Amino acid sequence: MKRHLISAADLTRDDAVLILDTAEEMARVADRPIKKLPTLRGRTVVNLFFEDSTRTRISFEAAAKRLSADVINFSAKGSSVSKGESLKDTALTLEAMGADAVVIRHGDSGAPHRLATSGWIGGSVVNAGDGTHEHPTQALLDAFTMRRHLAGAADGGPTHHQGPGDGTGRDLEGRRITIVGDILHSRVARSNVHLLTSLGAQVTLVAPPTLVPIGVERWPCEVSYDLDAVLPKSDAVMMLRVQRERMNAAFFPTEREYARRYGLNGDRMARMPEHAIVMHPGPMNRGMEITAEVADSVRCTAVEQVANGVSIRMAVLYLLLGGAVLDSENAPASASTARNEENK
Amino acid sequence: MSKILIRGAKVLGGEPQDVLIDGETIAEVGVGLSAEGAQVIEADGQILLPGLVDLHTHLREPGREDSETVLTGTRAAASGGFTAVFAMANTFPVADTAGVVEQVWRLGKESGYCDVQPIGAVTVGLEGKKLAELGAMHESAAGVRVFSDDGKCVDDAVIMRRALEYVKAFDGVVAQHAQEPRLTEGAQMNEGIVSAELGLGGWPAVAEESIIARDVLLAEHVGSRVHICHLSTAGSVEIVRWAKSRGIDVTAEVTPHHLLLTDELVRSYNPVYKVNPPLRTEADVMALREALADGTIDIVATDHAPHPHEDKDCEWGAAAMGMVGLETALSVVQHTMVDTGLLDWEAVADRMSVRPAAIGRLEGHGRPIAAGEPANLTLLDSAYRGVVDPAGFASRSRNTPYEGRELPGRVTHTFLRGRATVVDGNLA
Repeated sequence: MKRHLISAADLTRDDAVLILDTAEEMARVADRPIKKLPTLRGRTVVNLFFEDSTRTRISFEAAAKRLSADVINFSAKGSSVSKGESLKDTALTLEAMGADAVVIRHGDSGAPHRLATSGWIGGSVVNAGDGTHEHPTQALLDAFTMRRHLAGAADGGPTHHQGPGDGTGRDLEGRRITIVGDILHSRVARSNVHLLTSLGAQVTLVAPPTLVPIGVERWPCEVSYDLDAVLPKSDAVMMLRVQRERMNAAFFPTEREYARRYGLNGDRMARMPEHAIVMHPGPMNRGMEITAEVADSVRCTAVEQVANGVSIRMAVLYLLLGGAVLDSENAPASASTARNEENK
Repeated sequence: MSKILIRGAKVLGGEPQDVLIDGETIAEVGVGLSAEGAQVIEADGQILLPGLVDLHTHLREPGREDSETVLTGTRAAASGGFTAVFAMANTFPVADTAGVVEQVWRLGKESGYCDVQPIGAVTVGLEGKKLAELGAMHESAAGVRVFSDDGKCVDDAVIMRRALEYVKAFDGVVAQHAQEPRLTEGAQMNEGIVSAELGLGGWPAVAEESIIARDVLLAEHVGSRVHICHLSTAGSVEIVRWAKSRGIDVTAEVTPHHLLLTDELVRSYNPVYKVNPPLRTEADVMALREALADGTIDIVATDHAPHPHEDKDCEWGAAAMGMVGLETALSVVQHTMVDTGLLDWEAVADRMSVRPAAIGRLEGHGRPIAAGEPANLTLLDSAYRGVVDPAGFASRSRNTPYEGRELPGRVTHTFLRGRATVVDGNLA
């Protein structure tokens, strides 16, 4: 069905559950002494990064290497050629070198879409974040993290991680997810709204009105300007990084005022339901959108999200390149295949 | 020059008539004219219009001859049925001196495919800070009467006021590119539902409308006329309608692409749809059509903006803004305005020839099709249906948003002062 992963909006509920379930299988590999599968041996994955993002790049790198793929890191930042020429010419170069998948991070919204549809390359394209558009693997790892904590809580009972495999086959039906911060410039928020909605969750965005995009009324979510009103009704609260420079463009007056009105501190966290988790895609601006007290609390899943990111990216690369397709109707038993190959 | 008889043409869409051209002028219009001594063109019910006039063309020469030259641009114009184009000032160097506008004017004369009337920059280097020598450009051989910083907005209210006042001395007009610069920093597409989803920087309608509102009030205050380039929003239409009702001397143009295309197309991230001002919503498109029909918008102007392939064969953010339009303009107007019943052919002649010539004070164009008038004529086969193939363009550039789209109408003949520049759909 799909050869690329460009947008979370392209994923159906069943596509998403398949990826999450596959990631659960991949996560078990990380718990073993030898964290490696031979699945993608002989395949080449290129990390094409036009923006610096060490965290995302090494996450994809670790994922590809655990699947035994050959990994080439291509940092195109600072190229003297004009951006347009450099994307096309770089793509043609990678094609000539036989890249099976290109993981692209680019500052321009839509660049992965162009790469996938322009005919410049034949391999799979994975969007690792494009401008202020989407970051689908981040949303997937967020959903994965939420499912581990929340999917078992249908009766309102205990929700914290009960061990690998928790939540397999399930979605996020009825879970209330609150995303707080710079929605306007956030590719993480866009991808999460699409994906979490497909998985059955109810999403509420919270931000000062300046950081909510015009046109948001058509998104399948609620919008609130009042964090305190939303917190008691949240199963997960995701705090987005807010760049300090935004105040220079008058999006908000000062850091202090932002932190007071939209930051998550201990008092606010106490208003969340007991089972609710705090999430952050990182890197965190401690003291801005999140206090150290919250960031370091057991309820904050930021570090867990990083670990889950590798599992999710393994699942995505596996499903795109491993011969399986991201189609739940005729997908092979992907997860078990992965395990079998490892056992050979 | 010999005689040409156009037989059986629907003059301005009316009953079939014969039109006899003798030399540079129309000798006679009537039924059953004698063909003696004349080359005969069987129009067979095709539509005869006065040669089209484009008040907004980017010919790119001097400076960007890789995308268009005066020669290739005027060949494209003739192919599209135009007999005169106004060449925008944002060349390299900028057409902000008598020397540059005279060069463009002279290149137009040499091309022979259509008349080229240079537009002069309002400010030096289009920088919006210091008035260019508007009087010198007017007094030059080019005789400039239209001034524009198009591509950039004259955003300083005082500079705009002075320009509006100053050009009154020689019956000039300032054509404003209405784009409030601070509101459009990083703007990539219309701000709305689609931009929110695509994560592309929003270009709010208010950035256009606020400048138009200011400028019509300035024009009223100083008693000048002002022309608004490429209106793109329903709100802009309302402001111009209000201004006209107050008696303010404002004229406005709309491009063919803003009469047809919407921001939904940007979902493809294909930069062929990247244009300034951006494609707007369906509601805006409908308001623009209605305004062109009721005369609130005076004219259609192409904003023909050629770009080389590499400036569009890239990601959206890196791509240049603009679309070629000369060779598809009349077809798009037929499709959006005539075939929908909003305009008849006489009104098309008004919006695409008579009024643009009047706004630009261009003599010899936009005249009636009558004995004694200059033989600037366009013959259109309105029954034709064809798929747009940019490979056949006369323009040096191919950045058309209509590739593969079926559009009606085909210009079969264009006459510039009695000389055929297009014959049977091909450049002469």
